[in-house]
Amino acid sequence: MQLLLKNGRLIDPLTRRDEEVDMHIVDGVISRITRGLTLPSAQVIDLKGKVFAPGLMDMHVHLREPGFEYKETILTGVTAAAAGGFTAVCCMPNTNPPIDDESVIRFIQARAKTALNGLVDVYPAGTVTKERKGEHLAPLAELAAAGAVAFTDDGDPVHDPEIMRRALEYAAMYGHPVIQHAQDIPMTRGGSMNEGYVSTLLGIPPMPPAAEEIVVARDILLAGYTGGEYHVAHLSTAGAAELVRQAQARGINVTCEVTPHHFTLTDEAVRSFDTNTKMNPPLRTRDDVEAMKRGLKDGTIAVIASDHAPHSFDEKQVEYQSAPFGIIGLETTVGLVLTELVATGVLTLSQMIEKLSSNPRRILHLPPINIAEGQKANLTIFDPALQWVVDPSSFRSMSRNTPFGGKTLTGKAIGVINNGEVFWA
Amino acid sequence: MPLRSKHLLGLDGMSREDIQLILDTAVSFREVLERPIKKVPPLTGKTVANMFFENSTRTRLSFELAERRLSADVLGFQATGSSVSKGETLKDTARNIEAMKVDMVVMRHSAAGAPHYLAQVIDANVINAGDGGHEHPTQGLLDMYTIREKLGRLEGLHVCIVGDIAHSRVARSNIFGLRTMGARVSVCGPATMMPREIEKMGVEVHHHIDDVLPTVDVLNVLRIQLERDAGRLFPSIREYHNTYGITRQRLEKAGRTITILHPGPINRDVEISADVADGEHSVILQQVLNGVAVRMAVLYLLSTRN
Repeated sequence: MQLLLKNGRLIDPLTRRDEEVDMHIVDGVISRITRGLTLPSAQVIDLKGKVFAPGLMDMHVHLREPGFEYKETILTGVTAAAAGGFTAVCCMPNTNPPIDDESVIRFIQARAKTALNGLVDVYPAGTVTKERKGEHLAPLAELAAAGAVAFTDDGDPVHDPEIMRRALEYAAMYGHPVIQHAQDIPMTRGGSMNEGYVSTLLGIPPMPPAAEEIVVARDILLAGYTGGEYHVAHLSTAGAAELVRQAQARGINVTCEVTPHHFTLTDEAVRSFDTNTKMNPPLRTRDDVEAMKRGLKDGTIAVIASDHAPHSFDEKQVEYQSAPFGIIGLETTVGLVLTELVATGVLTLSQMIEKLSSNPRRILHLPPINIAEGQKANLTIFDPALQWVVDPSSFRSMSRNTPFGGKTLTGKAIGVINNGEVFWA
Repeated sequence: MPLRSKHLLGLDGMSREDIQLILDTAVSFREVLERPIKKVPPLTGKTVANMFFENSTRTRLSFELAERRLSADVLGFQATGSSVSKGETLKDTARNIEAMKVDMVVMRHSAAGAPHYLAQVIDANVINAGDGGHEHPTQGLLDMYTIREKLGRLEGLHVCIVGDIAHSRVARSNIFGLRTMGARVSVCGPATMMPREIEKMGVEVHHHIDDVLPTVDVLNVLRIQLERDAGRLFPSIREYHNTYGITRQRLEKAGRTITILHPGPINRDVEISADVADGEHSVILQQVLNGVAVRMAVLYLLSTRN
């Protein structure tokens, strides 16, 4: 297979390249990067105005298989990833059975290898504790050896500080971060939305921002004490961002990610009682949204990740308090980042690519993507100017639970190339 | 002039004109309730389903009576022993009831927003009979009706709501309605029972009842959930009674006539002392009677809107 991609704008934060190039790809390997290439034997695609980037990674997705195949499967999940512009995902271990032993990792790897012929690299995260119960450490060494790139009980916090301390110490021996779903349990029991003026108006049981910040503050102390690697999943409050900022300034090994919905929407959206505005952590206030943007801009927040959380139509067709937490995001992340962050000047295109590719790979200790002649092509191609309307019925994901249906976005992923496979969205 | 909305989901956002219309319409139904024959024909041939997913005695009976007084056919539904306990969703339950050609649904549910959701999935008129900690609009309306009946107006009156504001749908509907009608509204209770940023709703916030009583015209005393809250949101029943309990001594010290409302059921000598509940300024039983008239008005206005 020969592909000649012409006139694309190559943006590679690692080499600081930003120039218009032609790229010749033969059997999944970059053969030439130059200008003015003409090759009669190759399929030619004109990418004028489009961007070539190192393959994007979403380090926080729920693929739901094994156990919840009515919400999503590894095949539909990676297809949604490819359609959304991702060549890699890190999948969360709250499956059934959870990813708390080697066999589940092997199962996921086998499925991922056949899905789209292995186009999307699927990196599983293992659990921190057995059955995600927060009581006994999972076999972290076994999980790491099988291919787990991080440990997390995501969906639930590691609530016991003693377990968290030991997890940080133990995971550090294998060079993997512990990813925390930061949420104090007693303070959020029964809660369905952010605590603030809107929850006061609606009378929905609330979850205070302090419940997130308390756990982040505690874990920062533990990370500092143990020297472990600590990553905050879906950070959502101004206070938590400030805690991370201060800890980073003190040299503590802490990183964090933010979801597109937490830099786009506020708890005002809950006034519709639309269950697609219900996720955990919940939508916060305008001040928090602004703090997420500040944190992205100043580098405190290194990663943008979707927390892609598929749920079936019927599961969300219930009263707000009974609905499961979570929304899907793989197919809207690139559009939301370009619309909400790049078009508004919060991030440059290069910074966007860092937060969606090189930074998550660095945090998970995956090799950097090298865009050079002779290297495997691992690329995302997106059109920063394409206007489109989000239509959930056209999603490749099995689920439709998004609050962004009908929203006009500017910018869309149009294709990915990885592991010798090409996918056009 | 018809009501602006097809449903009665809450008093948040309801116009002054619509509230006025309901209260004025209730006056004529209140008069009906004094007649020897208390039944009128407007809902003849209409079917109303009362769907109560949460325990309720007085609200359910009040709605049922209002429906029967208007000559509607009434379907009762209690969550216990129904399909809900078999795992059926709210949507399926409601659609099944609607499939029997029901014209109106009155719903009580423990989840905020449940009637709003229902209104999106069925065609019948939906009346919210209390949704979680959100709203209880007919209670708000009957409280306003009762205040207006007793004091002749709402505008300019100082109404203080005492108790667990955070978890109270009665408080929210009262605040929305009374603010729209031009009353001055305060809330009073321990900080543990105040929802965040409530002052943005246009109310004054007090924690010491004796500070606010000297300017109050009406007290709306909320029921304390004894089992649920003692030891968690306040230290003990005794301490709550001492600091917030509405007693004759406390009212006398305030030195003015204060009209007393309570949405019921009352905990005697906890949030309100027995002599105040039964005293000459208490309108608690008028609230119950007015509740039937106000609910008749709501049912009537929604049914004639179609």
